[in-house]
Amino acid sequence: MSITEDEARKVAHLARIAVDDAALPALARDLNGILRFMEQLSEVDVEGVEPMTGVTPMRLKRREDVVTTGGMADRILSNAPDAREGFFAVPKVVE
Amino acid sequence: MSDLTTLTIAEARDALARGETSSVELTDACLTAIEGAGALNAFVHRTSDMARDMAEAADRRIRAGEATAMTGIPVGVKDLFCVRGVPSQSASRILEGFRPEYESTVTQNLWDAGAVMLGKLNMDEFGMGSSTEHSVYGATVNPWRAADGAKRTAGGSSGGSAAAVAAGLCLGSTATDTGGSIRQPAAFTGTVGLRPTYGRVSRWGVIAYASSLDQAGPITRSVRDAAIMLGAMASVDDKDSTSADLPVPDYESLLTGDIRGKRIGIPREYRMDGIPEDIASLWDRGADMLRDAGAEIVDISLPHTKYALPAYYVIAPAEASSNLARYDGVRYGRRAAPGQGGGIVEMYEKTRAEGFGPEVQRRIMIGTYVLSAGFYDAYYNRARKVRALIRRDFDNVHADGIDAILAPTTPSAAFALGEMADADPVAMYLNDVFTVTLNLAGLPGISVPLGLDRKGLPLGLQLIGRPFEEGDLLNQALVLERAAGFVAKPERWW
Repeated sequence: MSITEDEARKVAHLARIAVDDAALPALARDLNGILRFMEQLSEVDVEGVEPMTGVTPMRLKRREDVVTTGGMADRILSNAPDAREGFFAVPKVVE
Repeated sequence: MSDLTTLTIAEARDALARGETSSVELTDACLTAIEGAGALNAFVHRTSDMARDMAEAADRRIRAGEATAMTGIPVGVKDLFCVRGVPSQSASRILEGFRPEYESTVTQNLWDAGAVMLGKLNMDEFGMGSSTEHSVYGATVNPWRAADGAKRTAGGSSGGSAAAVAAGLCLGSTATDTGGSIRQPAAFTGTVGLRPTYGRVSRWGVIAYASSLDQAGPITRSVRDAAIMLGAMASVDDKDSTSADLPVPDYESLLTGDIRGKRIGIPREYRMDGIPEDIASLWDRGADMLRDAGAEIVDISLPHTKYALPAYYVIAPAEASSNLARYDGVRYGRRAAPGQGGGIVEMYEKTRAEGFGPEVQRRIMIGTYVLSAGFYDAYYNRARKVRALIRRDFDNVHADGIDAILAPTTPSAAFALGEMADADPVAMYLNDVFTVTLNLAGLPGISVPLGLDRKGLPLGLQLIGRPFEEGDLLNQALVLERAAGFVAKPERWW
C-alpha cells in the first residue's frame, strides 16, 4: 500500500492538521517510509490470535455511579484560550 | 559535606538523618548547580521558591522524626507530569501557558513523602523521540562528551531527566517510558533507569502519549536509589483504572545481592548484525557477572522480537492520534490566531499545525491512517495480534522458569546531536529496538550503567523482569552494579 499526495491531504484533514499543498509530497514520502517499515507485520502468521487490548489480565474497575467531584468551573476554564461567562468560547461552528 | 550534589539519595537520606546536612543546604546546592548548567538545557522550568519552601518543610519534618526515605531529597520532574500551578507542557508548543489545576498522582506521592521539587525537565514533545531534538525548548545536551568534543544527545524522550541526574543537578528524577524513554537516556548518561510493570505506577496526571504503553519510573544514580524512588512513586490509585491492585512492597529491603539459583535468559534474537563490538562484549561480561554471583545463564528464544518495532510504530501512533485529539485550542493551551472569517475547523487545523512539531504531526497522521476505515484490520488489528504473540514469547520463557532477561539497552552509545537530522524517521525509531518489546508486553525493565566504550561514552545493559517482580529485578540489577563498579562521572565542561 502506498499513500498518494491526495491521500496525505485526506489524512491530514482527518487529523485536523493544516498542511500546505507544497508540503504534501514530503509528507507522503515520510508516511510511505513508515508504512513500508510496518509491512513486515504481514509476514507474521496471526491466524487464530486474539488482538491484545491490555497487558495485565484484569477486570475493568468499577465504582458507585455517583458524583464525586465538580463545582470548579472557574478552575477548569482558567486555562482556556478564550473563556466567557462561564463557557469555552470558540469561532462560529455553523455557517 | 564535600559536594552535596553528587550524593545518592540513600547517602543524602542518611546524612539528613544524622543531621550532617539539611534539605535546605541540599536544595540550594542543586539550585546553584542548575543555575550553572544552562548549557545542558536539562531544566526547562525552575521552581526555586517552591523548592526552598518544600525544603524548609522537609527539614521540620526530619527534626520531628517523621521523615520517609525521600524527605528532603531534591528531585526534578519530567515536563509531562502535571504539577499544580507549574508549567507542564510535555515539551510542546500546543501546551504553552498551561498551568495544571491538578496534581499527578506520582508527584503528589513524592511531595507526600517529603521530596523537594526543583523544576521541570526537558523531553521530546509528548515523549515522541529518542534524542530530545523534538522538544519545543531545544535539545538537552549530554554531560558526557567523547574526545571529539561534539555535543551529544542525552537520549530521549526523558533526556532532561537523565542529563540532570548525571550532571549532579538533582538527586533523582521522574521519567516515563513508552518505548524505551527511561532506559535509553539512562544508558546514554551512565545512570540507572527503571521502567516498572505497566500498572505499578499511576498514570493519573501524566500527559498521555500511548496509554497502553506509558509507564512512569525513576532515573537515579544507583540501583538502591531506584528502589527508594520507585517505592515513593508507586501506589494503588483509584484515579487510574489500569492501576494494579497490588500493595507496594518496600523495594529497598528486598535488595540482598543474593541471586543464587536465579535463571537469567540471553535472547538469541537480540544478537543483531551490526551491533558494536563494545556493546556485544559488554553483554557477555554482564552475563559473566551474573553467573559469578550464582545465577544460571540460559540461552532463550523470543521468536517475534523482530516484529516488536513495527508493531510498536502502529500501536503507539494509533493511541497517540486518539489521545492528542484533545488538543484543539478550546480548553487549554495555545490557540492559533483565527483567519479572516474562519470557522472552527480552520481554527483546529491551524492550532494543531502550529502547536505540534513535525514528529508529533507525523505520528498523529500515521495513527489516523492505521485507524481509518479500510486499514484498521490490515495495520492496527494485525499489530495488536503481533503484540499478543510478543507477550506470549515472554510468557513462554517465564513458564520455563526464566526469572529475568539480560540484553543491551541500546544499539549504540549516545550519538551526536544533529547526526540524525537528515535521516529517515525510521532510522531514529531503530534506537528502540532493544527496549520496545518490554513495553508491548507490559514488563518491568531496568538499565544499569556498566562501563564506557572506547570513545569514553557510557554504555548500559538492561534486565527485563517478570510482571510486578520489581524487587527481584532490582536485586539482579544490584549485582550487576556492584560487579561492574561503574563510578565514572562526566568531566565538567558546562
